[in-house]
Amino acid sequence: MSGTFVGMPAFPAAAREAVGDATLRANLRHATHTIRDKRARAVAELDDWAALREAGRRIKDHTLRHLDTYLVQLEESVTAAGGTVHWAADADEANAIVTELVRATGEREVVKVKSMATQEIGLNEALEEAGIRAYETDLAELIVQLGKDRPSHILVPAIHRNRGEIGAIFRREMAGWGRPAPEGLTDSPAELAEAARLHLREKFLRAKVGISGANFMVAETGTLVVLESEGNGRMCLTLPETLISVVGIEKVVPTWRDLEVFLQTLPRSSTAERMNPYTSTWTGTTDGDGPKTFHLVLLDNGRTDTLADEVGRQALRCIRCSACLNVCPVYERAGGHAYGSVYPGPIGAILSPQLRGMGSEIDRSLPFASSLCGACYEVCPVAIDIPEVLVHLRERVAEGGEVVRNGARITVRPAKGHAAERAAMRAAAWAFRRPGVLRTGQRLASGTRRLHPRRLPGPGRAWSASRELPEVPRESFRDWWQRTQGGPAEGSTK
Amino acid sequence: MSSRERVLARVQRAVGERPESAAEAYVREVPRTYLVEHGARTTAETVDLLAENLADYRALVHRTDEEELPYLLMRLLAEAGPDTVLVPPGLPPEWLAAADPVRLHDRAVSTPQELDRVGAVVTGCALAVAETGTIVLDGSPDQGRRRITLIPDHHICVVRVPQQVVASVPQALSRLDPRRPLTWISGPSATSDIELDRVEGVHGPRTLQVILVE
Repeated sequence: MSGTFVGMPAFPAAAREAVGDATLRANLRHATHTIRDKRARAVAELDDWAALREAGRRIKDHTLRHLDTYLVQLEESVTAAGGTVHWAADADEANAIVTELVRATGEREVVKVKSMATQEIGLNEALEEAGIRAYETDLAELIVQLGKDRPSHILVPAIHRNRGEIGAIFRREMAGWGRPAPEGLTDSPAELAEAARLHLREKFLRAKVGISGANFMVAETGTLVVLESEGNGRMCLTLPETLISVVGIEKVVPTWRDLEVFLQTLPRSSTAERMNPYTSTWTGTTDGDGPKTFHLVLLDNGRTDTLADEVGRQALRCIRCSACLNVCPVYERAGGHAYGSVYPGPIGAILSPQLRGMGSEIDRSLPFASSLCGACYEVCPVAIDIPEVLVHLRERVAEGGEVVRNGARITVRPAKGHAAERAAMRAAAWAFRRPGVLRTGQRLASGTRRLHPRRLPGPGRAWSASRELPEVPRESFRDWWQRTQGGPAEGSTK
Repeated sequence: MSSRERVLARVQRAVGERPESAAEAYVREVPRTYLVEHGARTTAETVDLLAENLADYRALVHRTDEEELPYLLMRLLAEAGPDTVLVPPGLPPEWLAAADPVRLHDRAVSTPQELDRVGAVVTGCALAVAETGTIVLDGSPDQGRRRITLIPDHHICVVRVPQQVVASVPQALSRLDPRRPLTWISGPSATSDIELDRVEGVHGPRTLQVILVE
């Protein structure tokens, strides 16, 4: 994935730093709570939400199971409609394809619609190296780009910035990228939006090459779909002569009709609207309207490896709504940067380690960046059981096992630093299989309960640093049952 | 091996053997137990809902009939005050029969910079979706190329009710042609990028007026 994140500290260290930033915490708390309540109201408007969610889950699971068929069908449809399809096994291939396509136009600048896939592969950096300047046009992406910052949210990459900080960035940086911020620009959101409108308009009007992602691709018709709010998407999709869309292979859906599910669930889950202001669909090229040349780059970059994991593959259902970020107690406090990936929050904690593999410390720590409260699963419009995948990946980190990397099956070794956990789990398994041992152990624990420390010593210290040790009861359930046969526990305290 | 072959081979290895074809499995595996329409409404109520939801997302809604339409358009354009109004090739000429601004036909203004100097655009639409407050353009002659409803700052869209109104998203998709470039518009352009709060008016037209014509 993007080089931007290389060398990130593991989640606990990054999170500790973020949690100490009072402004960041206030910004995140304000934004996530605002959207959380709105989403709940937007979802409550639809009586059939559960059925839509189930249909979304099934469509995605079905498509993933037959992904090869649908990708080939998509390629045929797009080609028949006048587009050209390219395949990229990894980030480097995708970047090379796009760079070559831009070079072939002779242009030195491109306008971009917000796209997670191009962030994932670090396309802007790759284009920069080739002497091509990429202008981000989504307001939040513009804030991130001007502030030389990193995105911290899927939908609103600048969610960690408040209006005061955004105003300061605009006043300071806009002149270096083109039209300066208007004289006397204040921090009112309406004025900031107006400043972005003026700054970007000259770029839209002269742009010859646009780069986008897509929310959906329809195999049956070859149609691509982009949902957006500001109109920057429409600008990039319709004004340039050449359009290049870089899209993850899991974004394909079988039929046009399938959109009826996602066009209802995605806007309500992401911006909490009945419908986002603008949705564009296009099928290849259209004579006299929009780009004359259309390229679709289909991106794997770890997706087929993720598909090979029967539990983990459900992460590929994700439609990038970001509802799971907005409800997550860990995200709310730690912020998006701590996740060390363009995919932060609960979905990032299961997607990044699967797309990138668990070679780095940050990726091995991400499955642990959760309290397993399950709020993310509840709001997910495609019913990704994020806690299930988190636990599955924790096991992978602690125990090692077989995974697929770059298409090849390999065995990963148990990660360092989990030896105490493994030993504790093995001891527990041993004791649970031996009732006599278990009883003796429980009685011993009950008898010495006044002496138990609040923090574990030795290898257990890290574990108990962020957890309360449970209080051991005076009597075990088994002893209580044998003594009373389940009768009223007279005189007993809890 | 090409990247195409490599990716497809990886997919096949990842998912393993499949006893039935994608087409067979699709019918069985994708349930359609969700609603085609939310709630039961008369045609008139569906049109009312459209008006309500359009207004909820800050589109300015006007209701009139065929006869009054030219005078309403005259008034709306006079109030907004543009010198010029852009007209797609197939717009019924009588709509703007009473309007003052100079009519510019699309194609006469070819570059984006020229479009940027036009004050307003008047179009029809392919259909409108009541439950979401959405109008959909499909590039038909009364709507024109996508860019003409994007660059001018003021878009006036005429919806024929009730025939162009559907209740829901599923009904809309089944009536639309995916081969045409579609633009779904729900209110004027907006952003939630500053503190996740909605602000109207970014790159698309900042004023969206929708006229429901009976």
